[in-house]
Amino acid sequence: MRIEEHPILKFNKGRKITFTFNGQIMDGYEGETIAAALHANDVKVLGKSLFKHRPRGFYCAVGNCSSCLMTVDGAANVKTCVTDLEEGMTVQTQEGKGVIL
Amino acid sequence: MKSAELAVIGGGPAGLCAAVSAAKSGAKVLIIDKNKKLGGQLIKQTHMFFGSEKQYASVRGIDIPDILVNELYKYKENVEIITEAAVVGMYEDGIITVLEKEENYFKLAPEAVVVATGAYEKALSFPNNDLPGIYGAGAVQTLMNVHGVKPGNKVLMVGAGNIGLIVSYQLMQAGVEVKAILDAASKIGGYLVHASKIRRMGVPILTSHTVKEAIGKDFLEKAVICEVDERFNPIDGTERVFDVDVMCISVGLAPLNELLAMRGCEMKYIPKLSGIVPVRNENYETTVENLFAAGDAAGVEEASAAMVEGYLAGLCAAAKIGYMPKDFSDRKNDYVNQLKNLRSGPAGKHISEGIKQIIGR
Repeated sequence: MRIEEHPILKFNKGRKITFTFNGQIMDGYEGETIAAALHANDVKVLGKSLFKHRPRGFYCAVGNCSSCLMTVDGAANVKTCVTDLEEGMTVQTQEGKGVIL
Repeated sequence: MKSAELAVIGGGPAGLCAAVSAAKSGAKVLIIDKNKKLGGQLIKQTHMFFGSEKQYASVRGIDIPDILVNELYKYKENVEIITEAAVVGMYEDGIITVLEKEENYFKLAPEAVVVATGAYEKALSFPNNDLPGIYGAGAVQTLMNVHGVKPGNKVLMVGAGNIGLIVSYQLMQAGVEVKAILDAASKIGGYLVHASKIRRMGVPILTSHTVKEAIGKDFLEKAVICEVDERFNPIDGTERVFDVDVMCISVGLAPLNELLAMRGCEMKYIPKLSGIVPVRNENYETTVENLFAAGDAAGVEEASAAMVEGYLAGLCAAAKIGYMPKDFSDRKNDYVNQLKNLRSGPAGKHISEGIKQIIGR
């Protein structure tokens, strides 16, 4: 769900790149965050809560709330709302607390 | 250990202005910001600012960071900027610890510090408030105005303060339907000029209403709202259901200033400044010597006031460590008067009363 026309803003998107979300190939743009790219691909559930396994989604967009933590290229607990998307990234929903590499 | 004369923590409106002001006085300034781009939350403010010319009235928020960075560039020999760096600690001996790009951890020993770390969005409690599709209003603004991505199709906005009203308008500009705006208060909190614009576009603003619950399996599908009485208790039988996939929570901001508490500044809970704030003097210096606070971190207000507070705190912090410009009094009086003018309306009266409660020494 990208904004195609806007009365004030022009979105100068970067190069179109691909990444995978739980193995599924998706498109995004250089310069946007991982969570924004997932959102544009209609992915709303980014993870599960630790104990009750409730769905977790995009919430604060400024790296404060921890609702968007995911495993990216094998590293756990990446704040996807403030981390830039890169070509070929492997993005996965995370089970549990994650492990430090 | 890295040395610095003046460290400014946070490169939003208050921090950038503090840096400009101190660098202009001749101090060597280091700006540390956790984001990639300077400007703080200005980078998503597509609306034009109020205030007077000195606070960039009629300029869109998104255009202000470049103006301030150009201003900084005039004193470039005095300015160093570190982005993507979070200040993670402030210690009794004056040492600050910084984590840059999540991997480079270093210590800093500045002579003075201006903390301009801003605010965070308050949450609202109701059943299922954690469902995906329920966002902070500021988050939706970032998603739309920075990344060009819509949050969903049908929105319920919770909160009719300025942020709720402005973000509702911006959602419509992005082609998203806003079903209604709610507020538990019996009156609209934001400026009437914003509210009128939205009402003319056919969006109902329901005062004395709150969210009863959110419904959905994996993400938001429906929201149940109800009326509240004058003591904010839900009134049975007034429930209404909205088919929405987005709910924006815009129930105010709270100062983000744990660093000050960590360092041992005296802190006070002041509801009129939206939360826990540092006790300070009229120069914006906290109870810890040479440690200053400015902007929302010192009490939630709005970006125009944050900028002027930044200029004032930067001027005073630089003077405190030996950079006393000849025109110190003129500059200080100018900033003090600008703040007085910005606080001359009814909302400003509220803020001024709050400030009276924290001015010490």
